[in-house]
Amino acid sequence: MNRKKNSWLITTLLILGSLFILFPLYLTVTIAFKTPPEMAGNLLALPKTWSFENFANAIEMTNFFNAFKNSAFVTIFVVIFTVLTNSLVSYAIARNMHKKFYKFLFFYFLSAMFIPFPIIMLPLVKQTSAWGMDNLVGLIILYIVFNLSFNVFIYIGYIKSIPIELEEAAIMDGASTWGVFWKVIFPLLAPMNATVAIITSLGAWNDFMLPLVLLSDREMATLPLVQYIFQSQFSTDYNLAFASYLMALAPMIIVYIFAQKWIISGVMKGSIK
Amino acid sequence: LLGLTKALALFSQGVVNMNKKSNVFLIIAIPAFILFFIFHSYPALQGIFYSFTDWKGYGDWNFVGLKNYLNVFQDGRAGDAYLFTFKFAIVSTIIVNIISLAVAIGLNSKIKFHKTLRAIYFLPYILSILIVGFIFNFIFAHFLPQIGDAMGWEFLSRNILGNPDLAWIGIVIVAVWQAVSFNTILYLAGLVTISEDLYEAASIDGAGVWTKFWKITFPLIAPFFTINMVLSLKSFLMVFDQIVALTGGGPGKSTESISLLIYRGGFEGGEFAYQSANAVIYFIVIIIFSVVQLKFLNKREVEN
Repeated sequence: MNRKKNSWLITTLLILGSLFILFPLYLTVTIAFKTPPEMAGNLLALPKTWSFENFANAIEMTNFFNAFKNSAFVTIFVVIFTVLTNSLVSYAIARNMHKKFYKFLFFYFLSAMFIPFPIIMLPLVKQTSAWGMDNLVGLIILYIVFNLSFNVFIYIGYIKSIPIELEEAAIMDGASTWGVFWKVIFPLLAPMNATVAIITSLGAWNDFMLPLVLLSDREMATLPLVQYIFQSQFSTDYNLAFASYLMALAPMIIVYIFAQKWIISGVMKGSIK
Repeated sequence: LLGLTKALALFSQGVVNMNKKSNVFLIIAIPAFILFFIFHSYPALQGIFYSFTDWKGYGDWNFVGLKNYLNVFQDGRAGDAYLFTFKFAIVSTIIVNIISLAVAIGLNSKIKFHKTLRAIYFLPYILSILIVGFIFNFIFAHFLPQIGDAMGWEFLSRNILGNPDLAWIGIVIVAVWQAVSFNTILYLAGLVTISEDLYEAASIDGAGVWTKFWKITFPLIAPFFTINMVLSLKSFLMVFDQIVALTGGGPGKSTESISLLIYRGGFEGGEFAYQSANAVIYFIVIIIFSVVQLKFLNKREVEN
């Protein structure tokens, strides 16, 4: 752990290790551009021509833009409403923890974190489909409600650190509870809002299980679900499959390239709370 | 449910009279409570209720007492799913934590390209596990056998996912590939809190790298070690996406996890009540695992 001596040795080891992470992505990109005859040759080789034909076929076959639209719709609404509602609920609980009902509510939401999803899966699906919630709006509502469990926990830790004097000053100036929250507290929660938004968007964008069990209409399938639905067709044409995988992964990778610093620190903040 | 809302309405009315401020808080808290109850607790209670019946997911049902529970314990398929899930989760948890800790220590030392390397190691966290699984499926089925044939290595020349004895290793590899990212970041958060002075003081006393790790680094990041162990074990016990993408539970039923069994039996096999009982057992198992692990690891922390 001598920080000065080993720097190049450790750097080299870490670079070698990072190849394990980059390799599957390299394979994905190159295969997505290859043609089926090229697959018989060396799989590590670069494609002979960089043709976009596989992508065009995959877009048509999987109705990519429809799935992209579904994923984007779900993710955007889940993120916005999770941040707005979960922070508000957390604030109500945090400022009333001395009362029994709110204390109960805190532990009630918290304890739900220990209940694995498969426990509630079967009855939940029965119920939501009976109520006509087996669609994207239902999916959005469920994510927002389920997110409460973890978010209440991390928001409350942060709200407790905000001095109550700030609110009292605003109330003196005639602000209502409602006004205090949106004008004073919510802006102060910005770092936590960012953390919650990042974790929520990754969760909603990449989730497979809830869309799988909830959505009954293929037209509503999100990006991961589409890859699953087309799996049997993909197994005969890997170039098509990898073009489709790459397009499904690309939006998040592009966001990550530009925002990795915030994403990493956001996830870090959320997890050490 | 009606009774509950009524009670809450009465309760809230009582508070409304007290003052306006708490009124606003209740208007926020009560709908949140009701929604969470309807979509989370109520299905959980329903699941427990139906686990004592013979409901198939449709049609009539009767109470059957503990029959479903007794059957789960005698069911070879369920037993195998539990064994596979435990084996997978324990092995993956150990490997992920060893690699993550090593990577985090590496990233925390004075290295070149620090930011780029950190970004690469965290990259798997943002990717869909299902799609990553499909990509690895190809690697196991086509890429590795090609290398094996070219090199004349017998053990690589066949798809390990097609071998009932080895398929689970493929799932461990994918799960570890993905999970190292998050665990590394957590360990890094712990490592940056350790003061450089401690290591310098230890160096002056003649401590080697190994001693410094066990006497300084490890005790100081013990809380992070505990969190990582508990979180990774819990998430691996729920393994689903990786298996759907890699083996679909096969070959045979050799890699069928508990989540996959509940999903299949419950939705496709008409075993709604039976799999509900299985889910309740699964829940109890996860709680026991988490509590035992926390107790054990907390004790270590104190001793250190």
